Amino acid sequence: MKVVVGQGSCGVASGAKKTAAEFEKQIKEKGLNISVDLTGCVGNCYLEPIVDVYDDKGGLTRYVKVQPDKVTEIVEKHLIGGAVAADQEISVVDKTFIDKQERIVLRNCGLINPENIDEYIATGGYEATKKVVTSMSPDEVIEEIKVSGLRGRGGAGFPTWFKWNAAKASPGKEKYMVCNADEGDPGAFMDRSVLEGDPHSLIEGMIIGGFAMGATEGVIYVRAEYPLAIHRLEIAMAQAREKGLLGKNLFGTDFSFDLRIKAGAGAFVCGEETALIASLEGERGMPRLKPPFPAQKGYWQKPTNINNVETFANVPWIISNGGEAFGAFGTPQSKGTKVFALAGKIKKGGLVEVPMGLPLKDVIYGIGDGIKNDIPFKAVQMGGPSGGCIPASLIDTPVDYENINKTGAIVGSGGMIVMDETTCMVDMARYFLDFTRKESCGKCNYCRVGTKRMLEILERITSGEGKDGDIELLEELAMKIKDGSMCGLGQTAPNPVLTTIKYFRNEYEDHIYNKKCTAHSCKPLLTFTINEKCTGCTLCSRKCPVDAIKGELKKHHEIDQNICIKCGKCEETCRFNAIIRD
Amino acid sequence: MTCKNSDCQCNCNTPDFTELAPVMEKYAKTPGSLITILQKAQDIYGYLSMDAINYISEQTGIKPAKIYGVATFYSQFRLKPIGKYLIMLCKGTACHVNGADMIEEAISEELNIKDGETTEDGLFTLNNVACLGCCSLAPVMMIKSASSDETYGNLTKDSAKKALSEIRQREA
Repeated sequence: MKVVVGQGSCGVASGAKKTAAEFEKQIKEKGLNISVDLTGCVGNCYLEPIVDVYDDKGGLTRYVKVQPDKVTEIVEKHLIGGAVAADQEISVVDKTFIDKQERIVLRNCGLINPENIDEYIATGGYEATKKVVTSMSPDEVIEEIKVSGLRGRGGAGFPTWFKWNAAKASPGKEKYMVCNADEGDPGAFMDRSVLEGDPHSLIEGMIIGGFAMGATEGVIYVRAEYPLAIHRLEIAMAQAREKGLLGKNLFGTDFSFDLRIKAGAGAFVCGEETALIASLEGERGMPRLKPPFPAQKGYWQKPTNINNVETFANVPWIISNGGEAFGAFGTPQSKGTKVFALAGKIKKGGLVEVPMGLPLKDVIYGIGDGIKNDIPFKAVQMGGPSGGCIPASLIDTPVDYENINKTGAIVGSGGMIVMDETTCMVDMARYFLDFTRKESCGKCNYCRVGTKRMLEILERITSGEGKDGDIELLEELAMKIKDGSMCGLGQTAPNPVLTTIKYFRNEYEDHIYNKKCTAHSCKPLLTFTINEKCTGCTLCSRKCPVDAIKGELKKHHEIDQNICIKCGKCEETCRFNAIIRD
Repeated sequence: MTCKNSDCQCNCNTPDFTELAPVMEKYAKTPGSLITILQKAQDIYGYLSMDAINYISEQTGIKPAKIYGVATFYSQFRLKPIGKYLIMLCKGTACHVNGADMIEEAISEELNIKDGETTEDGLFTLNNVACLGCCSLAPVMMIKSASSDETYGNLTKDSAKKALSEIRQREA
């Protein structure tokens, strides 16, 4: 018997380490011969900490929300008594969260111990590498990837085989394979999950890609904000080296390949290939003009190929199962599966991997179980700061590159932030512009100054000072920034504004002309009043920082609108739901 | 970074970079290592002082202006000292939608500091960060100290304040 505690970043944040320690303590106290192991994120982040108990026949019982105080029950009932501790077990409904998915990238996440290479090998790990280096030619590998239809999972959706082929065709012996693990989209965490939960599938993908393009060295550029991912990668690389799966003469062939990690230092623009390369070289991460493309002149001016974590994690599966099997999932243009990070106002947030082409509705309602507190669904933001908001009316849109692009959003790296009626769309646009304004590297005028100007207009609108003509000005600026920027950051930065204007123009107009925030979220546009539920407890008037609330004890209170600064303290304080925001 | 010897009587202000020396030995002459060197220096001293930048310049031959340029480009690098505990408040999209601004307000109320500032007692520094990648637990913050990184998820104003006051009590 074995106890496995999920310890991805979200598990740890939910207290998984304490839970694991409690299991270890109790198992030791009771003198049981049961090991406590760890695994990565299974994807049901809303149920963390998750504990799996495997019986001797490999049967699995999954327990959810296991805080340390719940451990005793599982130890007594299950580990000692041999019966399932039913109260803690995952519900049938929650089980469907995973059953409705198709898992290729996440095939091992949450199942194997990422810090033990033997568990990865036991699932057929490194078989694909063996097959490639001992029995395939680089062209055959590229052909297999071409058949699979795999496209870059980092944002642009460029065919992977094409990039590998271009890098292979570039002359020169010294070439580099680079992994972009600088998951910069605020709201996406699938790469982190793969790095933490199944680092070997990335390593294997890079070896295979390196073999195909003729590189002997790989670099993984990881965000510094992901310390656990870096830690697990280091362990995985050391173990692979020890087993001769990384380093010189893999599987006794002439092919050698080694990897190193380079920690990023926090710059969204480094998701752009040429900026990433500049950063790898120790410079400011500023993009340069293409061509020459990295496939011709990249890292240290040598042919370089860059793919993202999720793209690489697909590769071993494709080699083992064949490109056609991968292509069987998805749509003719968007083949395979895609991992989405479901977050925001969603009931069951987490990582979901589904075939491309599944309608948005099936992801949000079928898997994510709909909106928190059953507030009406308003929009879903896809593609992060480069993407856009897709309104509720387009909820039947199939999730693939082409159809999502048509809405004005992009698939991007797969962040799906769900929003309900309490989310202000103008504020969302402001939020993203604030982000891109800070992250603009400053090279192109339109991006550097234009995003700042757009942000100023959006701040003006959300603070109730919007003017007639602001929407048109935003649209004009947006088109100029798109045209006048060299890299993807500037070219896509206006998308969140353009899509929200396209689908939620009425909200912009409400802010500007009626000085109202439809979602009741922009504080300067709110009016707080007190309704008949007020009991006269005086709590709000005592909390009010500007003494705007007047009234006698046990009598109805009033807010003086001339004094009120709309801080919302009264609403937070009131125990009788007597404060109304409008 | 001035003389670390607490018994020192000399009042010397000569910067002491002995801890950084092994890092320089390993990376100073490897091209493209500037970011790595800056990260290690920040790990050791908590921030990048002008003295440290000058020292790195001497060792690597890279001009101080360029090092400064790189250090100010990336959000990870700090040019000022930070408190014992670094609060990294996630401002990612999911956290924003779920009320990260409210949590920032709570932290500011509790500690009387804004983004980028340090409390007077030198215990806490507040830094807003782009995304911690724990989006399903939004809103989230991570509190880093020399000995641990603790992540707090599903925050409310009260739970954020509680986490801070617990650390305060522990340190008192």
